[in-house]
Amino acid sequence: MPIFPELRAATRVEGHHPWPRFVVDVASWRVAGGELAAGRWTLLGLWGEADSVHMAVLRGERDAIGVLSLPCADRRFPALGARHAPAIRLERAAQDLFGLVAEGLADARPWLDHGAWGVRAPLGPGEPAAEAAAPYPFLPAEGGALHQIAVGPVHAGIIEPGHFRFHADGETVVRLEERLGYTHKGTEALMQGADLARAARLAGRVSGDSTVACALAFARAVEAALGLAPPPRAVWLRALMAELERLANHLGDVGAVCNDASFAIMNAHCAVLRERVLRAASQGFGHRLMMDRVVPGGVAADLDAAGAAAITALVAAVRQRFPRLVELYDNTASLQDRVVGTGRLDPALARQFGCGGFVGRASGRDFDARRWPGYPPYDELRFTVPVREEGDVNARVWIRIAEIEASLGLIEQLLAGLPAGDVRAPAPHGAGTEGAALVEGFRGDILAWVRLAADGTIARCHLRDPSWFQWPVLEAAVDGNIVADFPLCNKSFNCAYSGHDL
Amino acid sequence: MRRTLLEGLLHRPLSEPPPAVDAAELEAVARAVGVAARARLGRSLSIREIDAGSCNGCELEIVALGNAFYDLERFGLRFVASPRHADVLLVTGPVTHNMRAALLRTWEATPDPKWVVAVGACAHDGGEFAGSYACERGVGAVLPVDLVIQGCPPTPLALLQGLLGLLALSSPP
Repeated sequence: MPIFPELRAATRVEGHHPWPRFVVDVASWRVAGGELAAGRWTLLGLWGEADSVHMAVLRGERDAIGVLSLPCADRRFPALGARHAPAIRLERAAQDLFGLVAEGLADARPWLDHGAWGVRAPLGPGEPAAEAAAPYPFLPAEGGALHQIAVGPVHAGIIEPGHFRFHADGETVVRLEERLGYTHKGTEALMQGADLARAARLAGRVSGDSTVACALAFARAVEAALGLAPPPRAVWLRALMAELERLANHLGDVGAVCNDASFAIMNAHCAVLRERVLRAASQGFGHRLMMDRVVPGGVAADLDAAGAAAITALVAAVRQRFPRLVELYDNTASLQDRVVGTGRLDPALARQFGCGGFVGRASGRDFDARRWPGYPPYDELRFTVPVREEGDVNARVWIRIAEIEASLGLIEQLLAGLPAGDVRAPAPHGAGTEGAALVEGFRGDILAWVRLAADGTIARCHLRDPSWFQWPVLEAAVDGNIVADFPLCNKSFNCAYSGHDL
Repeated sequence: MRRTLLEGLLHRPLSEPPPAVDAAELEAVARAVGVAARARLGRSLSIREIDAGSCNGCELEIVALGNAFYDLERFGLRFVASPRHADVLLVTGPVTHNMRAALLRTWEATPDPKWVVAVGACAHDGGEFAGSYACERGVGAVLPVDLVIQGCPPTPLALLQGLLGLLALSSPP
């Protein structure tokens, strides 16, 4: 039986690993759009190329993953976004970067292109464009007493840049619209033609807080394309770094969410624990954020006895101090008053958008890429994936608290079972093969897709941050909340700007 | 709650002694800043952070300056929410074309005397993103830069070292 029986006219492409890629016609592309719109499939990504457009889909809850490619020599393809909202921003981005036209897309405004590049469709035809930023019409909201609040791109806090446009009725948010793209750095263009070492450094700078996870997704996609298996010790060290990264981010954000509800003591204590994680990471791997440590073929830094001892001590310190902070969070009525019922994300929306990470899991979407499709060494480790249904700020905090506990358990298992041996396998010379990977970062599943050129360099690489499917639903979650609770809601999602804008 | 607060009172603070300031770096800043501006500000600097397209790595380490180990505010350094309150603009990222206008407007909104500190490899010269169609080659391509703090990202200690150097110069002798 075919893996995707819904697609009749589909030609499987050789040399695409580990999941199949099919070249489809317009009719099958539309069928796929119908499956997505009906909720039988979930969109994992959609990205362009000079003369084709690709989508990665998840069939059913956990049945199969596949990549569908539609050649479009005339640079036009039927928009999925017309029927399936999660595709809209991805299609707008494909239009901006490649000059493709998503026919039937209701929202034709540019997304990443703010009219400041001096070039149109930089990854496609690359026509010169006059530097004149066109006005960006925000979606309207009508009503007698409505007023607008414009926030950003430069924010009051030390965070990334983006613009938020609120329509408010007194204190209540009637509509929030995001405008992103301010941190667009042209990463995918820089990747093209880059050798593996340079491309890995770029992948590690897609989103600084997820540098391990992004580099891991990239490395795993390259390894899939090359049929390369990194040594067991490298695989375990990667997981150790990934769990330290998850731990650091969750600890920092639990404190930061409370801080946005003016409960500073949680932030002070959580920041101390986060700092301890970064210091242990620095002792273990030589860099506080563990940047450039995951490379195709393995890892660039081995863990010595002193590093392992530092991480063991860290786990003990967090285990000793964090439970009391959890108790403080749970027993402070004024804080609970702010977080319970605030910024509720409807589970139906989380399912429709395929929201990954704690955002999805706090709204009933039971998905974790470490468990399924899964990747080593997690198949040899025990861990729980917490899921809640309430979908409010409180639920997202509790998912993170549970994940902190799960990561501590994983770190202990990883240290105890760390295999001996090499930490890097030499990359063979690849030729024209393709690979994909799905890796669970702290925010959710990161999709990486690469095509290697005949000379072993990167022909095309696409990295899809989890935020692509979380930013849009934040707009819905904020609806009906008061303006003053927006920072709280926003921090509880903590979507990436740089990871999204690339 | 009570136990956590009580422990905070009874335990020694986590804050660590400040790092030594690099003499060569100090001299370079001294040349850039000029003597006239130094006397005006006292021993305190207000800092406005601007992310001009970083990967967020620099922001994470700048935020870390506020934790109990580094405790930035004990030195008279504090982050402010508006450029109109700022003496120093701490800029990260290669300066994406999409952030160029916002960065310039923030700089224009900052009263004189003001200093610009470029933080990180990207802000220095574009870093890994130099040559992209979407980026400038660092903050210096857009604004006059007084001090560069290197690193990818710079550690909190490196950031503290740079900022303390600036503070030493801006204080009256």
